[in-house]
Amino acid sequence: MTRPERAFTRYTTANRVNHWINAGLFLLLVLSGLSFFHPYFFFLSNLFGSGQWARAAHPWFGVGLLVSWVGMFVQFWRNNFFNRDDAAWSKAIVSVVKNDDEHVPPVGRNNSGQKAVFWAMTLLIPTLFVSGLLIWQVYFGEATSIPMQRVAVLVHSLAAIAAILVWIVHVYAAIWIRGSVRSMTQGYVTPGWAWHHHRKWFYQLASGQRVKTEPRKNP
Amino acid sequence: MSDLQSQDYVRRSATTITPPAARSHEDQVAKLIDVSRCIGCKACQSACMEWNDLRPEIGHFEGSYENPADLGPSVWTLMKFAEYENEQGNLEWLIRKDGCMHCEDPGCLKACPAPGAIVQYANGIVDFISDKCIGCGYCVKGCPFDVPRISKVDHKAYKCTLCSDRVSVGLEPACVKACPTGAIMFGSKTDMTDWAGERIEDLKSRGFEKAGLYDPPEVGGTHVMYVLHHADKPSLYSGLPDKPRISPLVQAWKGAIKPLAVFGIAAAAIFGFFHWVTVGPNEVQEEDELEADRLLREMKEEEEKPS
Repeated sequence: MTRPERAFTRYTTANRVNHWINAGLFLLLVLSGLSFFHPYFFFLSNLFGSGQWARAAHPWFGVGLLVSWVGMFVQFWRNNFFNRDDAAWSKAIVSVVKNDDEHVPPVGRNNSGQKAVFWAMTLLIPTLFVSGLLIWQVYFGEATSIPMQRVAVLVHSLAAIAAILVWIVHVYAAIWIRGSVRSMTQGYVTPGWAWHHHRKWFYQLASGQRVKTEPRKNP
Repeated sequence: MSDLQSQDYVRRSATTITPPAARSHEDQVAKLIDVSRCIGCKACQSACMEWNDLRPEIGHFEGSYENPADLGPSVWTLMKFAEYENEQGNLEWLIRKDGCMHCEDPGCLKACPAPGAIVQYANGIVDFISDKCIGCGYCVKGCPFDVPRISKVDHKAYKCTLCSDRVSVGLEPACVKACPTGAIMFGSKTDMTDWAGERIEDLKSRGFEKAGLYDPPEVGGTHVMYVLHHADKPSLYSGLPDKPRISPLVQAWKGAIKPLAVFGIAAAAIFGFFHWVTVGPNEVQEEDELEADRLLREMKEEEEKPS
């Protein structure tokens, strides 16, 4: 890794490994899940061997995702409380979208968009897990009543659509804001990146330089 | 049950194109079960097992004439026995042959995500093409009559085929063939409706004023119909639904939400792409790096300044 000496650590190795396990499972779930949702996407079930295999594998990916998300939650929840900066940032959302960054108020480690993604997934993944259990035919098909299954399957598909939309926003934002993908693959950002996108976080790290022996570790 | 090219599909699960329909001018068929003539002998159950080579596992006596206790992957039809005390205080033994109703608008087919796993032939029979079934259990949620059962062995859904294999070669279903009292009849839906009319008149003349035909319009009518002595209260017959309909939850899930979601997901992706093309990536500039370095240097100097 050709990490510049002046770089700031944004995501630790544990953060990144957990994130990519999460991402991989999410992708598998989207591919297999969409195949049951609309005939347009049924061909995706062939990626898993067949429709039967996709049906058998999907719930297990879901169990994996829940476990992985617990890890994500434990590692990131502290960084995602909304504060006053988020209100100001959210009001300037038009400037954010237009790359008009001079009119975007400074924020800390995460902006409110990132926080919204975190809390949306924190709500949606457990919703998907519980509703998914209720319609897991192999194990719970006979343990749950049919009216309950009907509610669960509707909730499951609505939550899945919401999660896919959140995921598209998340992935696009990572591509759009250059340097973000590297922060999640190699773990670091340049001081200029922190200064530009997360100014309060930059000051926090910069002032931490004076007191901490390991200045570039996460706060 | 099997994919029979001798009959054309009019409906095919999880399919957005029109199924082959050139040969769809077949008579609509129907099985008519005259509950008032049923003696509960279970010959139909035996015939069903015999013709379809079904051997359900032998269970336990549950204190009821119903045997086995429920429909299952290898129990496609089941005599259900209900004891009903009428207004005069007399006991009536209401026996109903339960099984797939072969709805004109089948909820199972609507819910099924596997292309071609559930089909409806031009004659109205709704059939499961087991080979294409993925075992998700969506048909169970779609069915207004609680009929499909998923096998624990092969994870496939099963139900009555209305002996589609026999019907396609001009035979009547096995249960019809076996019924000793003529309580089960089979023919074109019009003939069966006419015949039911005669039976109902007869029943009315014998004091069953509420006798009638069970052919629920909420599911577009069914290709298995009942003559009931108490047609005003179908639920007396071991919970036959009074107003069966595909659940509105299933309708929403398989109706509006499907295209809207696909549209929404596509729109989000396309919007992202055009944002990239119009507004473009947000890149950190050289000035940002210089500014950041200057600030870091300043703060360090501030720190090292002797106080």
